[in-house]
Amino acid sequence: MHNKSIKEIAKGLRCGDFSSVELTQLFLSRIKQHAQLNCYVTVTEELALKAARQADAKIAQGDTSLLTGIPIAQKDIFCTQGVKTSCGSKMLDNFIAPYNATVVEKLNAAGAVMLGKLNMDEFAMGSSNETSYYGPVKNPWHTNSVPGGSSGGSSAAVAARLSVCATGTDTGGSIRQPAAHCGITGLKPTYGRVSRFGMIAYASSLDQGGPMARSAEDTAILLQAMSGFDPKDSTSLDLPVPDYSAALDKDIKGLKIGLPKEFFGDGLNNDVALVIEKAIEEYKKLGAELKEVSMPNLKLAIPAYYVIAPAECSANLSRFDGVRFGHRCDNPQDLADLYTRSRGEGFGKEVKRRILMGTYALSAGYYDAYYLKAQKIRRLISDDFKKALSEVDVIMGPVAPTTAFGLGEKIDNPIEMYLSDIYTIAINLAGLPAMSLPIGFSEGKPVGLQIIGDYFAEDRLLNIAHQYQMVSDWHRQIPKGFE
Amino acid sequence: MENYQENWESVIGLEIHAQLATQSKIFSGASTAYGAEPNTQACAVDLGLPGVLPVLNEQAVSFAVKFGLAIDAEIAPYSVFARKNYFYPDLPKGYQISQFELPIVGNGHLDIDVDGETKRIGITRAHLEEDAGKSLHESFHGMSGIDLNRAGTPLLEIVSEPELRSAKEAVAYMRKMHELVRYLGICDGNMQEGSFRCDANVSVRPKGQQEFGTRAEIKNINSFKFVEKAINHEIERQIELIESGGKVVQETRLYDANKDETRSMRSKEEANDYRYFPDPDLLPVEITEIFKAQIKAQLPELPAAKKQRFTEQYGLDCESAGILTSSRQLSDYFESLVKESLCEAKLCANWITGDLLASLNKTDLDIADSPVSYQRLAGLLIRINDQTISGKIAKQVFELMWQSNSTADEIIDEKGLKQITDTGAIEAIIDRIIAENPGQVEQYLSGKDKVFGFFVGQVMKEMQGKANPAEVNKMLKAKLK
Amino acid sequence: MVLTADDVKKIAYLARLGIDHQDIESYARDLSNMLDLMKQMGETDTGGVLPMAHPMDQIQRLRVDDVTETNNRDNFQKIAPLVEDGLYLVPKVIE
Repeated sequence: MHNKSIKEIAKGLRCGDFSSVELTQLFLSRIKQHAQLNCYVTVTEELALKAARQADAKIAQGDTSLLTGIPIAQKDIFCTQGVKTSCGSKMLDNFIAPYNATVVEKLNAAGAVMLGKLNMDEFAMGSSNETSYYGPVKNPWHTNSVPGGSSGGSSAAVAARLSVCATGTDTGGSIRQPAAHCGITGLKPTYGRVSRFGMIAYASSLDQGGPMARSAEDTAILLQAMSGFDPKDSTSLDLPVPDYSAALDKDIKGLKIGLPKEFFGDGLNNDVALVIEKAIEEYKKLGAELKEVSMPNLKLAIPAYYVIAPAECSANLSRFDGVRFGHRCDNPQDLADLYTRSRGEGFGKEVKRRILMGTYALSAGYYDAYYLKAQKIRRLISDDFKKALSEVDVIMGPVAPTTAFGLGEKIDNPIEMYLSDIYTIAINLAGLPAMSLPIGFSEGKPVGLQIIGDYFAEDRLLNIAHQYQMVSDWHRQIPKGFE
Repeated sequence: MENYQENWESVIGLEIHAQLATQSKIFSGASTAYGAEPNTQACAVDLGLPGVLPVLNEQAVSFAVKFGLAIDAEIAPYSVFARKNYFYPDLPKGYQISQFELPIVGNGHLDIDVDGETKRIGITRAHLEEDAGKSLHESFHGMSGIDLNRAGTPLLEIVSEPELRSAKEAVAYMRKMHELVRYLGICDGNMQEGSFRCDANVSVRPKGQQEFGTRAEIKNINSFKFVEKAINHEIERQIELIESGGKVVQETRLYDANKDETRSMRSKEEANDYRYFPDPDLLPVEITEIFKAQIKAQLPELPAAKKQRFTEQYGLDCESAGILTSSRQLSDYFESLVKESLCEAKLCANWITGDLLASLNKTDLDIADSPVSYQRLAGLLIRINDQTISGKIAKQVFELMWQSNSTADEIIDEKGLKQITDTGAIEAIIDRIIAENPGQVEQYLSGKDKVFGFFVGQVMKEMQGKANPAEVNKMLKAKLK
Repeated sequence: MVLTADDVKKIAYLARLGIDHQDIESYARDLSNMLDLMKQMGETDTGGVLPMAHPMDQIQRLRVDDVTETNNRDNFQKIAPLVEDGLYLVPKVIE
């Protein structure tokens, strides 16, 4: 039951094979059984069962929403009314959100059953899920390895069948990289496609919520429910949302795939490169044409990102001051003490590192050299993509230079950790949609393929991923012990 | 007191903060109404709760553009909101959303009148931003209480060039600006409630010197009286400091109205690095030519143009025209009165600038709340015009109208104040008075013209003021030949 | 570019961020390494390039001036660390 796709479950619920309550109970017990993975910060058992009962009633009355009664889980960055929303931080350990994020509202309205809130890197800052206040998440494929981050709870939960699908957010690769490391499918939509309202901000001009699931087909269904214009978000796109499922079956003969030489150079693990080559071969068999493209400014993506994201985060995280919500230190001596200590105690080391970096980059005398310069580099990188995407339909390449690295392996070397985001970060700077899909293994750990499309081309990406999944079964692999 | 100005020249620039008269806040749907219970009008966006986002209020943008057009300023086709970062408990997000590099309103100007001369003051820019909340210092066990109702109220910050040269000019500028924003209907101008307040940048330099001296910024002045006092105090302080060998330091000072002095606000000064950068939650604001044209079409006639028109169209002198155009309500009252009464504009103007404004001032009322409407005043002026009553009697009638809801006609009837037009009755009285005062008659006839006034007085007294003085004069002159 | 422990302390104060004394050196090192990484930006010619603040060249949408929020103080203050008479309490603000 827990290995079924969304469509299969929807059918089963309507045929009376099982109820949403039964399904929800199954997932709740699996979550307990595999608590050692540390995927969930909060399990909302009672709320889930209540929602499941309502879903069963709705289905009995003929409800046709595909997500009705489907157990899902929310990354703990999305505000959930009446439920703790921690963002993986001690700062918000006591924060019961007084409202729902738009994404949560939409999924609730679609009838999905929320099982709980998923672990993540603190404030989405991290690539390994090790910066979480609630401890690291373990990769179900290899429990001594990280699941990736920041949406590591989401990817591990979906891979381990502790939820049918999950939400994630992606600021520099936080959906795609953990999806790749856990062997699932994840999509970062075009900036503005999914509302950011109620999604706790890390770097506002880069953050984008998106779906994480086992297949492109499930991903399409989840994205459909999450997307759309939101008047509460000024950066939300006021454009119609296409039918993502309808496009899945299109033939991809003649598809022009761009392969940036910069994506396949030094730093890419040989085994990973081989797995990717194989997948691209598969696409050739499906009728695709390959073309080398160039992204001359790609190497500048990491420095530009690590100016822009920390700068935005340094301001976004100023509201956590111990006055209106969140952690407050004991017995503050004066105002400065209240701020300094509440924030000092509430934030972890990686968050502090980025706040310091951003504060410095924006401070008097450095703004032009860092922030303004990074914004110009951002334009150069975006232009590289524009040029490449004018020559080809999509760009393909690795998601990460290696498979999931070991727990504790990089946590003390932040720069090395940052460099591992080289293939994903540039896409956020440009605001393009991109996805990761499982295409094989290297030494027992999953490898993901990244597909990058033009603005609003989510339907095309899903179609391309689905066509591959029709002729492969990497996305159906289940980690040992989680069958 | 101003003798120090002999050797020194002061240089003043004002930053005026005008709260825009929108219904809802600049970035949220919470009400901007004044005086609510603490924090009942602070929504999630105003409180800076996690995950919430700002969406810009269209009316705030319209108001800013309206202002820009009224001061002949450039309106930026694209303007950008920026975050101004600092920690303060009345600033929930730890940054204020303001405008920095690309403000919505660029260079403009405003003309002020000081000592009968007109001076043009340059306006550097005007930008949109959100107001902060309030810290209440009453003792809560030695703590401060924070009310965020005001947080997010739209502000237009209007920055002048440092072209004001005295406290008096600064006050004239501030008054003129106050008049303008109320005319435009973009700010209620209520200074007690903080809807209109200013910061003053003050420096001094030896007369003739080109470069500016070091300036101090005086924060949060909320009355015309305090602007003058605070600036004068600051000028004196700086001159004394320099003359005694000291140096002015660039700093923020707070004006204490109780002690009539400014003092340094070091708490706000320290680490004053605002780290402005474009707010990534908001996109550039575009002002199209069409949008500008629509707002231009809604622009009311502005005070300066109206004053000019009043002198030309109604033949008023500059002073009366200035008073009558000092607020939109007052000029509307005047024009309605002229139209309703069909009396001479000068008569209407005199009554407004005289009796009406005096009574309003005495009772501390605004023209909008005048107990005597223009319709009722028109009724009175009509009776002066058709000589039913004299000007003197009219003043009595006006007094009674002020205290009641009666029309002029009702009061005239009730009190029997109608002017006596029966020449026979007047003639009889004149004859009697001439007969009773042979001595005065003799004096008059011998050439003492002054005595004529005595006769007029006597006749008017007999007639309890109800005779037409011109008629009485004419008849007396004929009788005394 | 090398940041010293003093630089870190200054930045931390600007950000009102308490950091453990024993961590200051490591922050200084990490930040210096990050700044090193950023050197290559300076080596790139960006003359005539417009800074890019947003992925989309869109313009700000405007909201109609309607009051849409109602009093929700009790709910919001349930999650507040310290309130009294509807006010958020902080150590005395000195002006």
